[in-house]
Amino acid sequence: MLGLLASILDGVLIGAVYGLAAMGITLIWGVMDVVNLTHGAMIVAGMFGTYLFVSAVGVPVYATLPAVLVGGFLAGVALYWIAVHRVIGQPPLMSLLSTFAVNLVLVGVGTAVWGTDLFNVPASLPGFSLGRYTFPGTHIMAAVLTAAIAAALYLFLYRTRTGKAVRAVSGNREAAELVGIPTARVLALSFGLGTTLACVAGMLIATMFPFTVLSGDAYQLKSFVVTVLGGLGNPTGALVAGIALGLLEGVTTPFVPVSWTLVIEFVLFVVVLIALPGGLMQLWQRR
Amino acid sequence: MTIMRRPFFWIIAAVVALFAVLPAAGNNVELRENLLLAAVYITLASNINMILGYAGYVNFGSIVFFGLGGYFCVWLMSAHGWPLAAALLAGGVAVSTLALLFGLGILRLRGVYFALATIGVNEGVMAFVTNFGPWGGSSGIYLSPALFQPLGGPAKALWVVYYLLVGVMAASLYLSYAVKRSKFGLGLLAIGQNEDAAAVLGVPTPRYKAAVYSLSALLPAIAGGLYFFKSAFIQPPDAFDLQLSTEAIVIAMLGGQGTVLGPAIGAFLYVQLRGWLLVSPTFSNFQLVIAGVLLLAIVLFAPGGLMGWIYRRWPRLRGFLE
Repeated sequence: MLGLLASILDGVLIGAVYGLAAMGITLIWGVMDVVNLTHGAMIVAGMFGTYLFVSAVGVPVYATLPAVLVGGFLAGVALYWIAVHRVIGQPPLMSLLSTFAVNLVLVGVGTAVWGTDLFNVPASLPGFSLGRYTFPGTHIMAAVLTAAIAAALYLFLYRTRTGKAVRAVSGNREAAELVGIPTARVLALSFGLGTTLACVAGMLIATMFPFTVLSGDAYQLKSFVVTVLGGLGNPTGALVAGIALGLLEGVTTPFVPVSWTLVIEFVLFVVVLIALPGGLMQLWQRR
Repeated sequence: MTIMRRPFFWIIAAVVALFAVLPAAGNNVELRENLLLAAVYITLASNINMILGYAGYVNFGSIVFFGLGGYFCVWLMSAHGWPLAAALLAGGVAVSTLALLFGLGILRLRGVYFALATIGVNEGVMAFVTNFGPWGGSSGIYLSPALFQPLGGPAKALWVVYYLLVGVMAASLYLSYAVKRSKFGLGLLAIGQNEDAAAVLGVPTPRYKAAVYSLSALLPAIAGGLYFFKSAFIQPPDAFDLQLSTEAIVIAMLGGQGTVLGPAIGAFLYVQLRGWLLVSPTFSNFQLVIAGVLLLAIVLFAPGGLMGWIYRRWPRLRGFLE
């Protein structure tokens, strides 16, 4: 019983990071109606960025956070102008294909450079012991950082003028343009922020698990599952749903082989899409 | 047959005839292997085009049909001793039925939700097959060489497989053409333009989408059966190779989404490009990158693909080509 409890708690810690990644997808979706298929590649970019920084400069893992934040943001803004700006307002087919194409390019370059070997980022923090079970310090740190970043995003969106502009564009792009908000710049900013979240999530995942260039697909799928669970375009929902998914993984891990996890999550994804298209948060709002 | 009076019917026939005659003249095995790959590409691209180009829905998991078709065929032959033709047909029908059942579920989802679900379908099916004992799990299924005997030995069997694949390719092109000329196809094009308006005008959108999803599964599944019969070996990473589904999308977009001839032209160009890239030492590792850059350029600058360009250059051709 204690084992199950420990597994669930650990799942929640990991789930928070899934939530962080999903917040990136949901932010971009909410602001510009674009499903960002470069997300998995950017998660991997965060992993490898951290890996390169740590192995080249030799700083501790968590000291790379500022670099990952800035790098992710710049990469996201660049991606927006290259691949997304021209397809804004076009049918969803176009933005899906353009971000998918960028994903191919990034994964292709990554595979050519690093192959598909497993990589590790050395991170060790003292764990927290509960009876026979120890929660790794990296998992706790990841959840703490996630909470801090989510709080920062919340403050940005609801307490700053620029954040207000982002919410205005999200609500109605034409109206926002009419009242003098430079929408294209706001869109670029939002894409940058979404990408930053993906990169930071990648960095945190890298401190917990080994990874390859191709890890992005699985995490991207998880992020989408979390995103629809939380309701597309709802950052708070994404965080809650991420924790819920982590919890589910925690509950199932002792009983189900790991290779089935993705199938279960996918079935959950389709069921939620069909039964509750507004996400789990809909249940609360209906009351 | 009124359809035979249309010039386009004969254009497709000419393409198919080229595929049939070229390698046979001079017993050219290398050319045959290239054309076999092209036929697979055309089959996949042409079928994905019915969803992508007509109905405006992206199916990122089209390779599932190909892989599952391969699995059904190889499994029926190796475990139950079915002859090739029966195993191929059974595989096609089984996959198509699965797609219909599945389509009725996920095609309630619209637009991007559907696209997301198809990414999941691929991962989900691959994970399922990797864990599915009767199909050999992650180590796959091998076919015994004895199974080539009824076709007259391995060397002759390769030719038989090639001609069957060319047949599947021809069927794909004609199917794509027939669908486009039909009321069903008109409904799909309407869905692609504006799904709400189509529904208001009486197009039964969920049913049509499920039907086209299922229809586009049939021929790729048979092609998959042939392809993996030829390799005599099937394993999850080969059967559900995401690269092939990606390439099918790139080809359909390159040739021109929504046209019948586009996927064929796109496949021809892509195979040429790919052959050239594989030879070049610098680019052989960058196939996916090139495919990605190509797709991005088409989406951003020429969404109509090559056929779109041809139509703009010679508007009169619209009367002949589809």
